[in-house]
Amino acid sequence: MASYTAPLRDMRFVYNELFSAEEITSLPGCEEATPDLVDAVLEEAAKLCQNELFPLNRIGDEEGCTWVDGDVTTPTGFKEAYEKYTQGGWNGLACAPEHGGQGMPGALNVLVEEMMCSSNISFGMYAGLTRGAYRALNAFASDELKERYLPRLASGEWSGTMCLTEPQCGTDLGLIRTRAEHDDDGNYALRGTKIFISAGEHDLTSNIIHLVLGRLPDAPAGIKGISLFVVPKFLPDASGEPGQRNSVSCASIENKMGIKASATCVMNFDGAKGWLVGEPHKGMQAMFTMMNDARLGVGMQGLGLAESAQQAAVEYARERLQGRSISGTKHEDKPADPIIVHPDIRRMLLTMRTFTEGARAMAAWIARQIDLRDRAGDDETRQAADDLVQLLTPIVKAYFSDCGFDMTNLCIQVYGGHGYIRENGVEQYARDARIAQIYEGANGIQALDLVGRKLPAHMGRYLRRFFHPVQAWIDDNTASPDMQPFVLPLAKAFGRLQLATGHIAQAGLKNPDEAGAAAAEYLKLFALVAFGYLWARMARIGLDKQSGDEAEFYSAKVATARFFMERILPQSSALFASIMAGGETMMEFPEESF
Amino acid sequence: MTAINKVAVIGAGVMGAGIAAQVSNAGLPVVLLDIVPEGASNRNMVAEGAVQKMLKTNPAPFMHKRNAKRITAGNIEDHLTWLADCDLVIEAVVEDLAVKQDLYRRIDQHRKNNAIVTSNTSTIPLARLVDGLADTFAQDFAITHFFNPPRYMRLLEIVAGQKTRQDAVQVLREFGDRTLGKSVVECNDTPGFIANRIGILWMESAVRFAFEDELTVEEADAIIGRPMGIPKTGVFGLMDLVGIDLQPHISSSMLSTLPDKDMYRDIHRESDFIDRMIREGYTGRKGKGGFYRLNTDSGKRVKESVDLKTGEYSPSSKATLDSINAGRKGLRALVEHPDKGGQYAWRVLSHTLSYAASLVPDIADDVHAVDEAMKNGYAWKWGPFELIDKLGPAWFASQLSEHGMAVPSLLEAVGEESFYRTLEGQLQYFGTDGTYHNVARPEGVLLLSDIKRSSDRVSGNGSASLWDIGDGVLCLEFHTKMNSIDAGIMAMLDKAIKTVPSAGYKALVIHNEASNFSVGANIGLALFAANIAGWPEISKSVKQGQDTYKALKYAPFPVVGAPSGMALAGGMEVLLHCDALQAHAETYMGLVEVGVGLVPAWGGCKEMLARWQGNTRAPQGPMPAVTKVFETVGTAMVARSAEEARDMLYLRQDDGITMNRDRLLGDAKARALQMAKGYAAPEPLEYRLPGPTAETAMTMVLNDYYRSGKATAHDLVVGKSLARVLSGGKTDITELLTEDHILSLERRTILELLKTPATLARIEHMLETGKPLRN
Repeated sequence: MASYTAPLRDMRFVYNELFSAEEITSLPGCEEATPDLVDAVLEEAAKLCQNELFPLNRIGDEEGCTWVDGDVTTPTGFKEAYEKYTQGGWNGLACAPEHGGQGMPGALNVLVEEMMCSSNISFGMYAGLTRGAYRALNAFASDELKERYLPRLASGEWSGTMCLTEPQCGTDLGLIRTRAEHDDDGNYALRGTKIFISAGEHDLTSNIIHLVLGRLPDAPAGIKGISLFVVPKFLPDASGEPGQRNSVSCASIENKMGIKASATCVMNFDGAKGWLVGEPHKGMQAMFTMMNDARLGVGMQGLGLAESAQQAAVEYARERLQGRSISGTKHEDKPADPIIVHPDIRRMLLTMRTFTEGARAMAAWIARQIDLRDRAGDDETRQAADDLVQLLTPIVKAYFSDCGFDMTNLCIQVYGGHGYIRENGVEQYARDARIAQIYEGANGIQALDLVGRKLPAHMGRYLRRFFHPVQAWIDDNTASPDMQPFVLPLAKAFGRLQLATGHIAQAGLKNPDEAGAAAAEYLKLFALVAFGYLWARMARIGLDKQSGDEAEFYSAKVATARFFMERILPQSSALFASIMAGGETMMEFPEESF
Repeated sequence: MTAINKVAVIGAGVMGAGIAAQVSNAGLPVVLLDIVPEGASNRNMVAEGAVQKMLKTNPAPFMHKRNAKRITAGNIEDHLTWLADCDLVIEAVVEDLAVKQDLYRRIDQHRKNNAIVTSNTSTIPLARLVDGLADTFAQDFAITHFFNPPRYMRLLEIVAGQKTRQDAVQVLREFGDRTLGKSVVECNDTPGFIANRIGILWMESAVRFAFEDELTVEEADAIIGRPMGIPKTGVFGLMDLVGIDLQPHISSSMLSTLPDKDMYRDIHRESDFIDRMIREGYTGRKGKGGFYRLNTDSGKRVKESVDLKTGEYSPSSKATLDSINAGRKGLRALVEHPDKGGQYAWRVLSHTLSYAASLVPDIADDVHAVDEAMKNGYAWKWGPFELIDKLGPAWFASQLSEHGMAVPSLLEAVGEESFYRTLEGQLQYFGTDGTYHNVARPEGVLLLSDIKRSSDRVSGNGSASLWDIGDGVLCLEFHTKMNSIDAGIMAMLDKAIKTVPSAGYKALVIHNEASNFSVGANIGLALFAANIAGWPEISKSVKQGQDTYKALKYAPFPVVGAPSGMALAGGMEVLLHCDALQAHAETYMGLVEVGVGLVPAWGGCKEMLARWQGNTRAPQGPMPAVTKVFETVGTAMVARSAEEARDMLYLRQDDGITMNRDRLLGDAKARALQMAKGYAAPEPLEYRLPGPTAETAMTMVLNDYYRSGKATAHDLVVGKSLARVLSGGKTDITELLTEDHILSLERRTILELLKTPATLARIEHMLETGKPLRN
């Protein structure tokens, strides 16, 4: 069986070295998030994840959830683990102190999130949705609703869901049919069916708080007529405790490819009592707050699973003896060399490594921007941070989840037949990773979001937050001789990204299909350049510290950076060629010839 | 035929004074007379006060403040003798027949032989005005009906009486057209003539149906505005503008003069709601508010609208009827839309358009005159018959029948055809005789739209086109959004520079018929490029623009720029590189780059420096020119007329001004042909500039402005950059500099500025709000 050890050294590297810890501690409310405290939190989180959550991962996959007469039971051990999780205060790590949270920065929380995803993504779903509901209510709900729900969501005593999808409406939320009518006491009665509702029903918490999209009677047609409601499973009584059961029920749960311990529910609302969150018909705005966070969370699932897969693959490649190195025997004492000597195995292992470490750096970068957005003192910094978050969110969601699946798949390849059978547990990683490419906006939608919304916004202002610092960094480092192997490839790929961006902006103005046709490749190109920038920065740090106490760690960083520059980043050239070729071949292909 | 060299205007109200101002704008001396108020110490106070007031009015009635000096203010008690040398006397006194006739008798005693007398009446028929007056007077009498404000509204309705001399009408026509720049439409002697006859019915129906169909004022104006091609003030905004209290006067006048069975009598309703507004002083912008008002109680300016049911004000909200969106697909989609907005649009249009159709040939000889009147008098984008063509005349007729409304005989006559058609490149209208007639242009009028109808472009792309406008002259037309200058326009400029000599043309005219010549470079593209750090691309496009404009200037043929409306920034710089300009009087020129945190960098700085250095009226030496350009460009000064532009040297002394827009291209072409004979390209410019000392001096001024709060932090940055370009960088007066030296300074500076976040914020703000950001 594969094992998991939280990559704490690399986490400290991105938190303290790649970015500065002072940047965080100087923010209001984050004064206590010093490197020492962060270390301690990470150590504790690692224990929880390695010792409690990871061992449940396989059990969850084997048992799945059970539905009986509307009740859902989670797999063996989940309830106990959830209790440990909430009692440790983990759910409220990044929630506000006034709601009983610990007020820790997102930059720290994101690292804990990664560990949870690595160890047990199904378990992480319950907690992740609760945090999303917390954030949406915190941003848009009335004080009364906040008071009623936020403390219990922060503690994890209650959990949350987001109810968007209906049988006839997935990506296109304009088609939502769920109706909300005024009831006798001035609130709303909701009627409709929602599907694919993660954590819609389960036995982990005493109440479940559904955030539901629906239409008011006078709603305009389409996406502009959607409102957001909060619908609790049990109506809180006068003392705030779960009281009368609301008319919301779980009709069934899905059988599915992966994340089997996460209950994916069909939810029926039969005149369920609900309260409006935010303004009438402005539900999408509130939902997007939640969805943007959720999209980053899905990206983290890709990273988390890739990390577990990488660890398993490395472990197996060291142990598995098979054949001899093609350049001559490396381990005379053994009947065969471990497969780690083979170039193709090394290619796979380093590919995984460039992704996990690069993605960790990028996740840390965006998490910091969220902290700045939420906490910085001046408007300009907040806006610049928000712009960058807006820009990078679809990239993190789509690229991390695509790579998450690719890397878990590479892990199976390293294992060979032993990866394909269930016994070793790595095929579960691939099955669990697959959904991340689909939910919270399929990756094609993320690419469209990038080219259709994020690129043109404010005539490219979001882009400035990425392009200017990268260009400035290239300018500053281009003269250093030891940086040539990193800056030159980065500058080249960056130039391609600039040209592709200009091309898509212009071609897309004339013909939106052109932007749509380039979107997926463009998102990938953008991600590679962002990784290239972060890898070059990491190489700079590695070069400076190669001769110190942790020479191996830093030398490995530099070597991985070189692998990225020489073996991964050149993909940008092919992507660029595809983008510039335009979409004619696909759009002119006759529909009937498919 | 006697020309008009001096004019008298009697009556110094808004209209009379405005007419006098426009005559003075045309360069003619004017006498402006009004009554002597009882017990006045200054017997000329009414007319003098009117002139003084106009100097402060916005939008300005005068094209240049000094034009006011051309007006001699007096009174009708003492100064009727001044009429003795006036060729034209325009009466613009109260709409009272007795008062007017009494005045005419007195004018008749003092006017010079054959001097023309006209009235600006909008309501009293000509026949009644001259009733009982001498034939010799009636022969010289006509109605000249101007629209408010006379400088800006292009329509002039002329009504001749049965006795009016034909040559007097001809003189008035020429005077209105060429001298005052108006679009002259001859009307029959019927109530309200053309524009107000239709316009009043349109307004009243639009107001009444909004109440009946329960639309909000925002909804009504959103339906009436853009979808129908009517200015965005719609109907309620327009009522506020002209004054709600005017309405009852207009109504009673129309009711007293219109035929018994006129549709207006069915449309008109007394409105308690509006009566109450007038009674309580809510008369529009001039009163306590109108259908809209700006509420400043909270310290902020909040636009509010009145609730048509309760009469209460509340903050205005954007109208969201589906029919408004449907209107983007065309007029028919608007009126067929099932919501209340679509229904409202149908009711307003069906009445207005069928009314218009029923009035030809009663009010005017042909449909084209009616359309011209509505377009120029009410600023409609399309006239009533053009609107009917958009709906489809046959469809419109069938819908009228279906709704139980009368189908006018002219509409029946046109049947399945349309009121306008193009035959062999010639625009034709449907006449009352049932056949089509060419739309005739007055002699000397050359319209690009006519040329475009009758010929293929010589060359072109998505941004600009080249047209052969005859006699060996090529015309370059911009047609981007807002005519902003982009790579496509640059490419077509390059193409023009090659095509003129290679294809045997003699000259180039740069002109277009859009409401604005050009608002400047496409800064949206520049902003996007700056946002992705595309510095080499930006640098290249700046250099390309400089090269192209320079090539235009030194081309071996004359280039004449013929702008109208706004000519700003990069759009102004192209004009600075022309050999001559023939500008419409209503041209608004300026190098406004600093407003978006930039400096002129397509040669604007170098050309302006050269102009001020060569200006013999200004003090000589290197410093005065630099200071002058620094003032003009540094404050983003925009000339509010072609005449004002001369003061700033945007227009040179020998550049021409055309009062009538329709004559602009013809005049420019004539100018170009005249220059083509023996043309030689200008000599390259040379400069002696003061260098760092001047830069320091200007920086000190800027610092003072900053300290006193007149300049913002980024104003300071931009101002210093401009000072460096204009002072020539590291140089001194002993050094002879080339144009290229200044161009490279311009280029370097604009690139530096584009790298500052404050400049990018300014550009973004301008693009998103249309207003400058003061950061």
